Amino acid sequence: MLPDLNTVWFGLVGFLLIGYAILDGFDLGVGGLHLFARGDRERRMMLNAIGPVWDGNEVWLVTSGGALFAAFPEAYATVFSGFYLAFMLLLAALIFRAVAIEFRSKQPMRWWRQLWDVSFGLSSLLCSLLIGVALGNIAQGIPLDAQHEYAGTWVGLLRPYPLLIGVTTVALFLMHGAIYTVMKTEGPLHERARVWVRFTMIGFIICYAVTTMATLLYVPHLAEPIRARPWLFVLPLGALLAIANVPREIFHGRDGRAFFSSCAAIAFLLMLVGVGTYPYLVRSVPDLAHSLTVHNAASSPKTLGIMLVIAACGMPVVLGYTVTIYWIFRGKVRLEPTSY
Amino acid sequence: MDVLTLSRLQFAFTIAFHYIYPPLSIGLGLLLVGMEAAYLRTRRPLYRQMTKFWVKVFALTFALGVATGIVMEFEFGTNWATFSRYVGDVFGSALAAEGVFAFFLESGFLALLLFGWDRVGPKLHFFSTVMVALGSMFSAVWIVVANSWMQTPAGFHVVGEGLQARAEITDFWAMVFNPSSMDRLSHVLLGCWQAGAFLVLSVSAYYLLQGRHQAFAKASMKIALSLALVASMLQLVTGHRSAVIVSRHQPAKLAAFEAHYPASAPGALHLFGWVDEGAQRVHGPKVPGLLSWLVRGDAQQPVAGLEAYPQADWPPVQISFQCFHAMVAIGLGLIALSLAGVWHWWRGTLWTTRWLLWLFVFSVLGPQLANQLGWFAAEVGRQPWIVYGLLRTSESLSRTVTAHMVWASLIMFTFIYLLLFALFLFLLDQKIRQGPDEEEPADLYRRHAHAAGS
Repeated sequence: MLPDLNTVWFGLVGFLLIGYAILDGFDLGVGGLHLFARGDRERRMMLNAIGPVWDGNEVWLVTSGGALFAAFPEAYATVFSGFYLAFMLLLAALIFRAVAIEFRSKQPMRWWRQLWDVSFGLSSLLCSLLIGVALGNIAQGIPLDAQHEYAGTWVGLLRPYPLLIGVTTVALFLMHGAIYTVMKTEGPLHERARVWVRFTMIGFIICYAVTTMATLLYVPHLAEPIRARPWLFVLPLGALLAIANVPREIFHGRDGRAFFSSCAAIAFLLMLVGVGTYPYLVRSVPDLAHSLTVHNAASSPKTLGIMLVIAACGMPVVLGYTVTIYWIFRGKVRLEPTSY
Repeated sequence: MDVLTLSRLQFAFTIAFHYIYPPLSIGLGLLLVGMEAAYLRTRRPLYRQMTKFWVKVFALTFALGVATGIVMEFEFGTNWATFSRYVGDVFGSALAAEGVFAFFLESGFLALLLFGWDRVGPKLHFFSTVMVALGSMFSAVWIVVANSWMQTPAGFHVVGEGLQARAEITDFWAMVFNPSSMDRLSHVLLGCWQAGAFLVLSVSAYYLLQGRHQAFAKASMKIALSLALVASMLQLVTGHRSAVIVSRHQPAKLAAFEAHYPASAPGALHLFGWVDEGAQRVHGPKVPGLLSWLVRGDAQQPVAGLEAYPQADWPPVQISFQCFHAMVAIGLGLIALSLAGVWHWWRGTLWTTRWLLWLFVFSVLGPQLANQLGWFAAEVGRQPWIVYGLLRTSESLSRTVTAHMVWASLIMFTFIYLLLFALFLFLLDQKIRQGPDEEEPADLYRRHAHAAGS
């Protein structure tokens, strides 16, 4: 049986978000770790490790937002207006992060560079946290009224479970960024990044264990689809194996493979969330009847069909040149006259 | 202030600030293609130096365009949720296409444009430049299509009633090629080319006046002046066509542009003026019948005035009138300036005519102002509608957002954007002072740190 268009678009928006988490995930992580680098040269090495690609990575967020708007306008409108202040804060963080990268190396003054370094680091951490908190709220469910509008307060978004997901996201991205740094650097920075991998892995594994328990205890609906269809158990298992594989590859010095493991772990974890929430886009608690699903929040089948054609034409080309560009910039980062 | 006023203020402020940058990127992108093509053909190091210098200016405008652009995509949902629900089905596919076809393209190949000089061959680098330029223009295509649909909706039907009403696509291509989209798109793109061309002219003229980087400045000026002339002249055509479309599809908007009140009478064109909205007349010089002649081809033909519509459907007349007239005046000024430049170029006196060079130094503000004023005319003239004739601006807000929240975000944006603007001007000024062939700031750091004793 073929899935209907609405389900396909649920999958495609999920695909874009996974792409975003994998790609911007490492450069947000690099941003957070950048605070712990030593000296201007190391900071520039880290910055230029993500230099050519961070901008393209952020486009995955922009396109995810566009796709959500297009495919599920009701969900886009409810979430964006409901999370108003949180998203304004996210915008501020995204702006400061973008200009910090662009501005920092443009002036030689020490205070100038320190200012932008701190702003780059803190905004990267704040972005990761806010994205995680938003995801946590969607996963746990939020109160909606009969018109599908958010019926809570902004303080209501800062419940324990979403905050936990926020912290876990920060830990995950820091680990991902540390592995990326190991892969892209040499010398003392490379050695220090290997230590970062160890610490961030421990941090993430603790968060992951706590999150798993909290999910099973307090958000049981996320686990129901897996109980109903045991073969879906491959997702948590895959996540676990992928994470466990990271220290093994790092130990053997296979940094590239460690990075791919980390990418796979992110993909499995997000698929887990997607499977747990489907068919709900925004689950309404306590009144489940007010929820937004892939059906009542969607655009018309005609629009979903048109967009599928757009995606089918465009995305293979996008993936093709994205992979090519990553390939061109492969290998250890070196500072050049055009670097940041 | 209420949520409506605050949300409109915030949107106007954030979009106006955002729109400083994309026109510069689009215009510079096209010029970069020309410069690098010249380098590939002649292999003269001068063209390589030019490309490298303007790429840096491009990177700065691009970064600010991206940083302020994400805000726009978020704001549809955060502040205008009801609008988003209404137009999502129609608008969404244009925005999705923008992401897939434009944003990925420009940001992906930007990596090669900025950092790929030593990693790929000259031909592949040139290809990247072309892709970045194309990507930036594609992004204009989709967003102008979406905005044009809000001006002249087509290819849709309305489903549901009251709060549940929404527009759904019936014909995708009729939506894309709605009556105003192609004329407005060409008008917008030419405005972007002007913005890029006059920035290059301004900086080059400044170097010539200072007696620095002569060869670089002359070569940059030639290529930018050619684009400036072509774009400025073509604006006459696209501007006229856009006005004719407005007269056909948004007659109340055209009436506001000229403050033409009588329900049905031949329309005059004012050169400039002040609208007395109480007495419903304009103080200022005018050419009787010229409006009718321009939009109907006959000076005697009547043009529908504001009186033909209920007052509740009138846009703010004074603002629409002034923005529209100022845009046209600046546009004509830019044509005159381009012609004067080309005339002196042909006579061989361009490099030494100091008054003209000074005019070019300040000309960078011309397209910027005209672009802003043009958009203000287009958007204020569409009021009180957000989607013309279908959905009122006052009915499009997010129902969960309060005035306090918008105050908070408005203050935040004001603070951040003023800071960004100051930094942008500072860095651009530094870049210009430094010129095309100075040392990189990255290398300067080491000496600077050394001199500071650290």
